[in-house]
Amino acid sequence: MTEDGAPESGARDLWADAMLAAALLAIDPELGGAVIRAGPGPTRDAWLAGFRPLYPAETAWRRMSPAIGDDRLLGGLDLAAALGSGQRILQRGLLAEADRGVVIAPMAERMATGVAARLAGVLEDGAVQIERDGVAQRLTTRFVLIALDEGLEDEHPPEALVERLAFRLELDTIGHRDALPISATPDDIAEARAALARVVPPGEDAIHAVCAAADALGVWSLRAPRLALRTAAALAALEGRDTIERDDLSTAARLVLSPRATRMPPPPEAEPDKAEAGSEPDDTDMPDNQQSEGEDDGPDETDPGQGALDDIVLDAARAALPEGLEALWGATGTMSRAAPARSGASGARLPVAKRGRRIGTRPGRPEGSAGLDLVETLKTAAPWQRLRGKALGSAGPLRVRRDDFRIRRFEQRSESTVIFVVDASGSAALQRLAETKGAVELLLAEAYVRRTQVALIAFRGSGADLLLPPTRSLARARKQLAELAGGGTTPLAAGFEAAALLAMAERARGRTPLLVFMTDGRGNIALDGGAFRTRAEQDALNACRRIRAAGLRGALIDISPRPRGEGAKLAEAMGARFAALPYVEAGRVRDVVRELEA
Amino acid sequence: MRVVFPFSAIVGQADMKQALLLAAVDRTLGGVMVFGDRGSGKTTAVRGLAALLPALPVIAGCRFNCEPDRPSPACHGVCKHTGVGTTPSPVVDMPLGATEDRVVGALDLERALTLGEKAFEPGLLARANRGFLYIDEINLLEDHLVDLLLDVAQSGENVVEREGLSIRHPARFVLVGSGNPEEGELRPQLLDRFGLSVEVRTPDTLAERVEVVKRRDAFDRDPEGFARTWKAKDAAIRKTVAAAQARLETIAVPDAVLEMGSRLCMAVGADGLRGELTLLRASRARAALDRRDAVTEADLRQIAPMALRHRLRRGPLDEQASTVRIERAMDELLAA
Repeated sequence: MTEDGAPESGARDLWADAMLAAALLAIDPELGGAVIRAGPGPTRDAWLAGFRPLYPAETAWRRMSPAIGDDRLLGGLDLAAALGSGQRILQRGLLAEADRGVVIAPMAERMATGVAARLAGVLEDGAVQIERDGVAQRLTTRFVLIALDEGLEDEHPPEALVERLAFRLELDTIGHRDALPISATPDDIAEARAALARVVPPGEDAIHAVCAAADALGVWSLRAPRLALRTAAALAALEGRDTIERDDLSTAARLVLSPRATRMPPPPEAEPDKAEAGSEPDDTDMPDNQQSEGEDDGPDETDPGQGALDDIVLDAARAALPEGLEALWGATGTMSRAAPARSGASGARLPVAKRGRRIGTRPGRPEGSAGLDLVETLKTAAPWQRLRGKALGSAGPLRVRRDDFRIRRFEQRSESTVIFVVDASGSAALQRLAETKGAVELLLAEAYVRRTQVALIAFRGSGADLLLPPTRSLARARKQLAELAGGGTTPLAAGFEAAALLAMAERARGRTPLLVFMTDGRGNIALDGGAFRTRAEQDALNACRRIRAAGLRGALIDISPRPRGEGAKLAEAMGARFAALPYVEAGRVRDVVRELEA
Repeated sequence: MRVVFPFSAIVGQADMKQALLLAAVDRTLGGVMVFGDRGSGKTTAVRGLAALLPALPVIAGCRFNCEPDRPSPACHGVCKHTGVGTTPSPVVDMPLGATEDRVVGALDLERALTLGEKAFEPGLLARANRGFLYIDEINLLEDHLVDLLLDVAQSGENVVEREGLSIRHPARFVLVGSGNPEEGELRPQLLDRFGLSVEVRTPDTLAERVEVVKRRDAFDRDPEGFARTWKAKDAAIRKTVAAAQARLETIAVPDAVLEMGSRLCMAVGADGLRGELTLLRASRARAALDRRDAVTEADLRQIAPMALRHRLRRGPLDEQASTVRIERAMDELLAA
């Protein structure tokens, strides 16, 4: 799919798949929905415009803001009804309203983890379980969720949600001229829905083939093969068939499994693989020539049909893998089965905050800017009016008590703690420490608005000392840093360990730690205190690797007059940024930190 | 009534299933925390557990599930006691987004509005009394609700002082939480409160994976039919649980095993006495489930990771998984 001539057909195939996904969702809402990754624009609009007419006109169609509150999302007490009638009437939330319809979630990449978890729970249960505002009720609802993902680079909607949606459609590469209207009509869909009930369940061979393909692609969650099988059934229904055929399985693998792939499957093999229950499924064979096309050949004593079906399904999925997957991960490379990046590392949310996204209210007294939530307060007061002696319907003022006060709660991206770790050994130590002190003060002076905290650890002699515990106070820093001693040997590993300890403690407090090491990287004291250069270096390197494994972010500033490469090596081992600054100028250190914070 | 996926039909996940059964046998264990991959059946297992719990003898009509001969003072005016009966052991879901009034209970809205009466309407904690309280994605639960739960779980009593009400009622429940640590850490105070903690992963052999998908697919197509085929197996487990509950008190714990437990806790540096107590109780529950008369070292060995794993002080750069540390300590102690 490149430059001249060919592009339209590739884009058209992609578009055809995207519209096919639309039809399948309309047929079987249990497929959950789709993530549409695309900027706002004519192609995305065209997809939505093609999707909507597949539903009857009266279908509920709801848009959900990424910052939606629980009362609107899940439902709660109907304030007006409670006041007027004295009855506890449930106000349905958006999810219950959307039953048999569609929920559109724009800017899904910004959806909070908590909102995603609520949505995921409702999708899973097929019901909203309401335990709110004195109302306890279970409302069944089954809707299709379309998550519009406008994320850049590695911004994505929460995985807990994405995982439950069958399809991921990348529309950005499709020009709007290729976005032709779909041919399916609402009648086709209605027919297919009826046909779906008659589709014979997938046999063991089909289940095996889909699971094997998921395995080969490194798709670990078992929801994916289940969604692929449902997709295959919906495809059969769309064709008016009551049996699932090979093509249905292949298409389902292409639509559902390929976009979830985390690794390149092994290349097609000449012999059909004999994956039987209990035997080893993959990669024990040696690499071989790929000449088998179409019909299978070779000695196949055990169940040739199964191996062939497995291959067909996997081939279809392999063919649809996103371009560049191989280049990205390397021929052997597999991504770890854990999530690629822990969002906790940099995006931890801190619920006790006075700014940021609103996440509800709690009882309490309004103080200063922690504002009273008027509506919530009235809602709390409303039901008790009669009890408090006010006649219902009377025009007098509401009787509000202190117990009724509700104040707003917010969440906010967490604030960072910059941890300086300074090599205080050797002759240049005093000079370095003075400059470092300057950098700390500069950051604090500038950082107040950003709510950054700064800490300082120095290592020399036999260990590391916390000279300045995390603080935002410039005055305190000045006082504690007034006297600094330098000189002696270099317990590099001990410095790194101490830094990591403090970083983890900061993380546990809901802050984002950033490590800034200032050293020449030449340790000569091992972790156990022994003066052995090679062991000291090995210990330091190991400590760096563990810092990386812990997902801590940082930079290493090489402060030696003539860098010899040790610093760069350590920086690489811990996945930190590297900068050589022989004179440790405070201003430039600050710039390195700024880059980290950005 | 919703049909739930039968507990006995869950493929693999031996640790999780065992931990839940142990908690069913001995409710004083302190609950179970299940961490793990998405789609690995955490919620399914907890829902399935409800069907395995023996019925609870209660005062009929009591809203706190009070025991027949021990009504709570809070029952006066709240419950219509209509004699003695039984109720299915409650497994109560606490959904994310629950508000405090529904969790602890509050003034009964309608009676207040229409009759001007001040009456208490029990919340989820009352419904869960003597049963299980399940919180999925517990790490996403709002902090003020977590505080509240910690307090109640500790005291076994729910104290309501709000809207002019002043009520206390028993709230002893087995807390079961599940979550995915990638979505946010669990507060250490809360984690410490759980007796057992297990980690579940998606099965990784193809045969097992196929079996999971096959059963799930069969269940989705015909829940009632599927449940029927597993009914006998579920019933067998229920009988085992009931029998184990009955004999729990009679299980002997040899001094040698007790001592081994203490030494193990010291060796791995598990905090406090809670670890030792859980280790002992869980081992006893295991022996009971196994229809034996006494706890053995094998029980201890098998239980130790789930009883102690979440109580170890871990260095921030400690690569070694807690389970490995416990198993190694166990090996050393047994060899000695």
